[in-house]
Amino acid sequence: MNNALFQSFRSKTLLNIAARFLALIIVFLFFAIFVEDGKFYTLRNLENIVRQSSVYATAALGMTFVIIIAGIDLSVGSIIALAVVVVAWTLNLQIDGPGGELVYLVHQYPTVTPLLACVLAIGASSAVGLLNGALIVRLRIVPFIVTLGSMGIIRGLAKGIAGERDIYPPEETWIGGLMDPTLTNKAKSWMILPAGVWILILCIAVAAFILKYTRFGRHVYAVGSNEETARLCGVPVGRTKLIVYGLTGFFCALAGFMQFSYIGGVGQPTTGVMYELFVIAAVIIGGASFSGGEGSILGTIIGALIITILYMGGQQMGWPKWVQEMVIGGIIILAVAVDQLRHRKLT
Amino acid sequence: MRGIEKHFGATRALAGVDLSVAPGEIMALVGENGAGKSTLMKVLSGAHSPDAGSLLLDGTPYTPTNPLHARESGIAMIYQELSLAPHLSTMENILLGIEPMKRGLLDWKTMRAKASVALEAVGLEAIAPETPVRELSIAQQQLVEIARAVALDSRVLVLDEPTSSLTAVDIEKLFKLVRALSARGISIIYISHFLEEIELLSDRFTVLRDGSSVGSGITADFSRDAIIALMVGRNVDELYPRNKHTAGAIALEITELSGIDKPKSASFQLYEGEILGIAGLVGAGRTELLEAIFGLEPITNGDVSVGIYSGYASPAQRWEQHMGMVSEDRKTQGLALGLSIADNITLPKLQGLGPGRLVMPAQQEAACTNWIEEIPIKCESARQQTSDLSGGNQQKVAIARLLHANVNILLLDEPTRGIDVGSKAQIYRLIDSLARGDSSKGQKPKAILLVSSYLPELLGTCDRVAVMCRGELGEPRPVEEWDEHSLMTAAVG
Repeated sequence: MNNALFQSFRSKTLLNIAARFLALIIVFLFFAIFVEDGKFYTLRNLENIVRQSSVYATAALGMTFVIIIAGIDLSVGSIIALAVVVVAWTLNLQIDGPGGELVYLVHQYPTVTPLLACVLAIGASSAVGLLNGALIVRLRIVPFIVTLGSMGIIRGLAKGIAGERDIYPPEETWIGGLMDPTLTNKAKSWMILPAGVWILILCIAVAAFILKYTRFGRHVYAVGSNEETARLCGVPVGRTKLIVYGLTGFFCALAGFMQFSYIGGVGQPTTGVMYELFVIAAVIIGGASFSGGEGSILGTIIGALIITILYMGGQQMGWPKWVQEMVIGGIIILAVAVDQLRHRKLT
Repeated sequence: MRGIEKHFGATRALAGVDLSVAPGEIMALVGENGAGKSTLMKVLSGAHSPDAGSLLLDGTPYTPTNPLHARESGIAMIYQELSLAPHLSTMENILLGIEPMKRGLLDWKTMRAKASVALEAVGLEAIAPETPVRELSIAQQQLVEIARAVALDSRVLVLDEPTSSLTAVDIEKLFKLVRALSARGISIIYISHFLEEIELLSDRFTVLRDGSSVGSGITADFSRDAIIALMVGRNVDELYPRNKHTAGAIALEITELSGIDKPKSASFQLYEGEILGIAGLVGAGRTELLEAIFGLEPITNGDVSVGIYSGYASPAQRWEQHMGMVSEDRKTQGLALGLSIADNITLPKLQGLGPGRLVMPAQQEAACTNWIEEIPIKCESARQQTSDLSGGNQQKVAIARLLHANVNILLLDEPTRGIDVGSKAQIYRLIDSLARGDSSKGQKPKAILLVSSYLPELLGTCDRVAVMCRGELGEPRPVEEWDEHSLMTAAVG
């Protein structure tokens, strides 16, 4: 009998993921059937879904950590915009050339400049994340308020750096090509998937590994499940939270590179508005709980795909934008309601 | 109340309680911690429904379905933790839920008038009804709560440990008020640990022990000693293994340790191979003492020495010094119930469960399987979620954590609270074997500090016992010099 119970326990977590996968398939089939002419399940559209979902999914990796520690980060959309703008701004830098005339840095140093752009964007985004974490830990302000504030501050900062305009860098670089489709582009078809998607896949593996197999990962779950217990057991609670928010900033920078490429290599300071909604929704639909201690990377990825399919499917069905927004909002409430019901059954 | 019984799962919280209170009478309800006083009052207030027995109010059957119903029936409860809305005005608090209305709008004029009457009845006529409650002192807030009961025309007023946070002057005022209310025909049920208060105030008393009412009488007819005897009088059963422990070197030394409020200048020495018990009432500062030692609470004065280390250390450092703590409340503090048994046991010491800073789940589980069999913890596997276990097995998980971390000094705060007798016996045997050590396995005798409110447990397991009362820790004395009576006498001050 013990063995049977053991089996049922092991399948409980499996069941959770399986149920989400089923939801993903149902949502997909819905649009596959109702979008006319089978346009929805063409390879090209599938590639588009993957490209679009990569931005959400990458940011959602960090958000998974945050929600497992029972926190929240509303500033992800703004941090993505900051990364986009910092990349464009760096690629648009001008310096004094050899003849005394102004030349673009990227023309002078074509290999180093994109790298510099990435380093600056990652540095800025991670710093914002760490700052969020420091305010939450040191000043003991609730995460909702801290990140609500930084959502506004960082959006303003991005607009300030860009001078309230879109920045058009003078040169195409590999950053701008991260999300180039590989199906229609012969030169890149050897990659099978866009480079940005490969980056995402690598990040998924790393994030899942960290959560499952490192001391830090165990600490993240412990802090989220019961902060008092974590403190009793000597877990560095403050440091764990700080790193988690910093990590979210880091993943937002990567999401920013993808977004930069996805919107055509433009430094648009108004990009990524409402992304916090999509990203949080992806994590919650993926099975994380707002009360902390629960959540998985695999679930989050499924959640990000569901959100993207709803979004793009809605577009292709010709739903007006206001309907799409309402549907996504409704889905979030539904996911949280299901989460609550599940918890009530457990206790 | 007649023959009230209440079970929680397998635990019997109330096993047949009879209680009655006449109009205008002050009836004291006394009993040790965990005797079932709060459960009984929750039955009375409709928060729990009894499994057996009946309640009569003014001779008619009364079955409260929820706290609101009880309030409407005229039963008002005043808990230790005040339940006021601090931002609202005094009058809004007094009339919360029964606000006078006029044409669908709040009738502020009537509200003020009604509140003033209620405030006058509790001697707070100096307070303007508009004052926000948060600007009042604790004692005044408590009176506002009583005023709320007066405004409701309550016939039965229950006061649960009302003096625990009051000064002597405020206590005197409160007693005056309680007497005045009883003179108006209101029945008072007064719950307290402090027997001197009961002698001063009550007409009659009822003693609860192990969930049953074991005696009642006219307070004036009984001596304090007689009441204490009723509170503790039970047989010490075969639960406790009485083995000889041999005290070794000093493992932990506390010198004049003070925290922010409690403890007040506590000193003792704990030896290897010794179980030192700390008795006292809830709120005496025992938990604060352990938390200060373990680095969970700041130390304002004094010293903690563990071997060569001295002074404050964080919980992480304490674990490294081979000290571990089981906290009193496993739900809110002790365990991460949403996580697996393996996660809970290994949390303080994840080192060595994988290469470098990695933690391999398989090694985590293997490390726990050992303890699960040895203690034993009844579960399906180390991967099982901790919330699935019974209270006793959860507690064993909390103790297994210390064994996994290979501690030499164990701080145990109420390690058997709220668990069944079988698990209790296992935990006593475990504690005893830890204190003895096992030379065949190379296990040194461990030093154990045991905080408990359950006196037979302290007398049955400890080598020495000290009593804490209102933040002050008494001198530890050999267990042979104590009995339940003397412990209780020392604990109530």
